[in-house]
Amino acid sequence: MKNFNGKILFLDRSDINTDEIIPAKYLTESQKAALKPYCLEDLILDGFDSKKDLEDKSVIITRANFGCGSSREHAPWALECNGINLVIAENFARIFRQNMFNCGMLAISLAPEVIDGLFKDFAGNEASLEVDLDAKKFTVTGSGKTATVDFTVGDFDLDLVKAGGWVSYADSRY
Amino acid sequence: MGKTVAQKIFDAHEVACPGAGVRVISLDRVFCHEITTPIAINDLVAIGRDRVFDPDKIKAVIDHVSPAKDSKTAEQGKTLRDWARRQRIKDFFDIGENGVCHAIFPEKGFVRPGYTIIMGDSHTCTHGAFGAFAAGVGTTDLEVGILKGVCAMREPKTIKVVLNNSLRPGVYAKDAILYIISKLTVNGATDQVIEFTGQAVSELSMEGRMTICNMAIEAGATCGICYPDMVTVDYLWPFISGDYKDKEAALADYAKFLPDADAEYTRILEIDAAGIEPVATINYKPDQVRTVRELEGTKVDQIYIGSCTNGRIEDLRVAAQVIRGKKIAPGVRAILSPATPLVYKQALKEGLIADFMEAGFCVTNPTCGACLGMSNGVLASGEVCASTTNRNFNGRMGKGGMIHLMSPATAAATAIAGHIINSELFK
Repeated sequence: MKNFNGKILFLDRSDINTDEIIPAKYLTESQKAALKPYCLEDLILDGFDSKKDLEDKSVIITRANFGCGSSREHAPWALECNGINLVIAENFARIFRQNMFNCGMLAISLAPEVIDGLFKDFAGNEASLEVDLDAKKFTVTGSGKTATVDFTVGDFDLDLVKAGGWVSYADSRY
Repeated sequence: MGKTVAQKIFDAHEVACPGAGVRVISLDRVFCHEITTPIAINDLVAIGRDRVFDPDKIKAVIDHVSPAKDSKTAEQGKTLRDWARRQRIKDFFDIGENGVCHAIFPEKGFVRPGYTIIMGDSHTCTHGAFGAFAAGVGTTDLEVGILKGVCAMREPKTIKVVLNNSLRPGVYAKDAILYIISKLTVNGATDQVIEFTGQAVSELSMEGRMTICNMAIEAGATCGICYPDMVTVDYLWPFISGDYKDKEAALADYAKFLPDADAEYTRILEIDAAGIEPVATINYKPDQVRTVRELEGTKVDQIYIGSCTNGRIEDLRVAAQVIRGKKIAPGVRAILSPATPLVYKQALKEGLIADFMEAGFCVTNPTCGACLGMSNGVLASGEVCASTTNRNFNGRMGKGGMIHLMSPATAAATAIAGHIINSELFK
């Protein structure tokens, strides 16, 4: 299984699309690792610097409709090769969410008020997160505070995460 | 409780239920292009699974960057080309006979009511115009589709959008879908299918229905679906005439994929089509829509007519009618990309290409190029494009560029005026 624990990058905006996560001009790359320097390059967000703010981060917490737009799996790949295998949001665009699980990555949806609470308590300062996948809980620590949050994830989605993705899951079954 | 179109199609294609609310369905078509497929091909080779589930159900095209613009895109084309040859995929469309995937595949008769289709391209929802379930997927889903002919999907919930009455003259399918997206918002249909119905939809050609379904994804939808009717059968007849004794028999067969009268919808959105006027988008989300009246006078640098949304012959006819005998405004540049070679040839035959060239348009070969800022019309920073494409995201057509999405008629009028303007003023 991939690593889901580590420092959090807070992106305080809804509707962050896959063109922002990885612009189309980089879709000509044939190696996933080549996407690393371009991740979130076109993100419109005050104060965000993709060259610095991704450093050391393992988790993104953001608002609604993350990953909307294009079907490009280069979006989760760009996150993955920056060490980010977990995105927590109010909700996701369908294709992006499926791409995450298909890659054995984790996309967790939470109620807007829970997301809001995480932003209020932890954004702006260094915070980190630890996931207990079996208990379906994660704990956030930062600024002298701690919060534990329950989440739900579908059985099939969890099977994909444990199998390391859809290719290995499907290969043995269909 | 009755069933929606998508539920009926899923029932007819179910392979397994791997978890609550998820179904694995068999695929009638796996469509491929050179941007999202090569990594799937390379991975299949790497894991020792370089094979396909059925070469006749896989269709492939080089369309996003065509002809290749550099070594990297040449390699992507080569990977797809070599694979199609190796796997005996006979429906592979290379340079000279290639066009924008969601325009060329329907044109070749590859889509039928009730089919299940995936492609590594978000605008795959276009093919729902034929009453099919067609969904954009990522490279991993595509890879499994190629290898196994199956895809896992959440149980489809459905929104019904009813376009009552007729669209007014000078108002087109593009205006209707932009208006609908403004009502649904960019994630108002996430994880749902949209059935488009009502008088205005049944009055649309297949081209118009494809324009509508094409942008279902811009409201987050998995697929847009129109009900098969005689317009659908007429379009498909050259490809299905051997399968049915007459068109009525085809229509009766396709009726098995119509929704039940008591089908369950999460939402029914009723719209008076006669109340829709020409519209265009502002800012960077496709649900941010204003009337052309409100935007009149907005300056643009480039006009782009083409794409899987609006690069079909009907679109070119409408635009040509506006620009015929006129010149594009000084200081603007205009690009036309007919979506397929057939569209291009038909436009030549009808004299439309001459109309565009006389007006000052650059006419390119069929390609997706400019729509996603990959080639053939990329914007410079600070530039504004009036475009018939489907996404106005920041940087979409080039870093720092800005896009107003609109109908071909409005785009053509904008080319002549040099600023956004209602096409009716030019008739």
